[in-house]
Amino acid sequence: MKHIKTLSTRDLKQSMKKGGCGECQTSCQSACKTSCTVGNQSCEKVK
Amino acid sequence: MVHQYKNNGFNIVLDVNSGAVHVVDDIVYDLIPEVEALRVDGVARKEKAAIAAELVKKITKYKSEEIEEAVEEIEELAEAGMLFTEDIYENYIGDFKNRETVVKALCLHIAHDCNLACKYCFAEEGEYHGRRAIMSYEVGKKALDFLIANSGNRVNLEVDFFGGEPLMNWQVVKDLVVYGRSLEKPNNKKFRFTLTTNGVLLNDEILAFANQEMSNIVLSIDGRKEVHNYMRPHRGGQGSYDEIVPKFKKVAESREQMNYYVRGTFTRHNLDFSEDVKHLADLGFKQISVEPVVADEKEEYAIRESDIPGLKEQYDKLAMELLKRQKEGKGVNFFHFMIDLEGGPCVAKRLSGCGSGTEYLAVTPWGDFYPCHQFVGQEEFLMGNVEEGIVKTEIRDRFKSCNVYAKEKCKDCFAKFYCSGGCAANSYNFTGDINGAYEIGCELQRKRIECAIMIKAALANEEKEN
Repeated sequence: MKHIKTLSTRDLKQSMKKGGCGECQTSCQSACKTSCTVGNQSCEKVK
Repeated sequence: MVHQYKNNGFNIVLDVNSGAVHVVDDIVYDLIPEVEALRVDGVARKEKAAIAAELVKKITKYKSEEIEEAVEEIEELAEAGMLFTEDIYENYIGDFKNRETVVKALCLHIAHDCNLACKYCFAEEGEYHGRRAIMSYEVGKKALDFLIANSGNRVNLEVDFFGGEPLMNWQVVKDLVVYGRSLEKPNNKKFRFTLTTNGVLLNDEILAFANQEMSNIVLSIDGRKEVHNYMRPHRGGQGSYDEIVPKFKKVAESREQMNYYVRGTFTRHNLDFSEDVKHLADLGFKQISVEPVVADEKEEYAIRESDIPGLKEQYDKLAMELLKRQKEGKGVNFFHFMIDLEGGPCVAKRLSGCGSGTEYLAVTPWGDFYPCHQFVGQEEFLMGNVEEGIVKTEIRDRFKSCNVYAKEKCKDCFAKFYCSGGCAANSYNFTGDINGAYEIGCELQRKRIECAIMIKAALANEEKEN
């Protein structure tokens, strides 16, 4: 495309199909403890 | 829902519901809202050519061929499910949250006592509105047994040794790690132990054990010496910076600069906190987390609404600094700018909340369960204990129904896929409702996400140029 550059991202809609296994890290166990940061975590299945 | 913003010369378009991120030129940036306005429920009401014709008449700033070309590309993205996508997740998340509750993480309050007297401590110098106490091995064992018994099919279990200061009860930490390991094979589980410490009691023996057993270590340090010492003094008032910095450097090096964080809190006393992040980076730390204090607005060090514009500038400044360091080959990882666009969490994780009160629980030294470490000491949130398990299931059910769709203010927020509705404790403390929204926290969270995505765009751009 001439006007648009798309960054490579995970398709969230697709992630409904095999998502929700719950094996990923709990958000507050990392380095926050006073906020909630989820978008920076990795999926156990795709990492 | 589309969120678009300009940062560092990039026009960024985030298609919130698919997670797609586009970097666009000015004409597409200007036309996206126009094209979106011509849609109903995400579906175009007119053919591409008709949309372009209408916009050619309306917008005189660009040539007609340019508009036609831009509309073509915008519609191409929409057809590919990468723009103007609808939110189809509400029922899915409802079903997801209705599944059987399993516990997968515990925050063990190994010691309700501390050898520092940090002014902003939500644990009130370790005591959490209560008495000083340390966790016995027996209580800790029962907590781990509870976790195993209530974790269903989950393999990975997390246990954070937290406080107060957990090194004040180090023998119990070590014994519990040994006990936890003994449970892994027979139960087909894997413990990930983590330790959060102020470093005062850290020594080589502790470090050797931690390096062998702890998947992550969080080291509390606020940044510049004067900033750190002001907020994190000993009980006698003397600063703690000089004694912990050499130890923390040793931790970082011994772990090969991975699987640890130096973690700081900024307050009204260091609204120029980007300088503290820089300071930590200059000390040689590569894994850095510095976040805003969460405190009652009556506290003199609390962040106020009027501080937000300046803090946003700080995040921009920090993003530029981190990009510069990255380009120079001296990159550091700032926790709150980390964003995994390709391998990040599934949508269930993103929208279902932090897990407090359901899959994540805090355990006091005497074995009581609370929804998370921040609720400890608030008796209305006492859920049960290691002897009887979860007694007040109604508290768990309240937290179970806590997700972005239960939060009115989250519904129209682009950041909901990145913060999962924010921190329930902050919501409760500021609004009286776990489904409320702590506005200052939300504003800063949104800014951090914008910066994080800009950094990805800038790095992708650089890759292309090289």
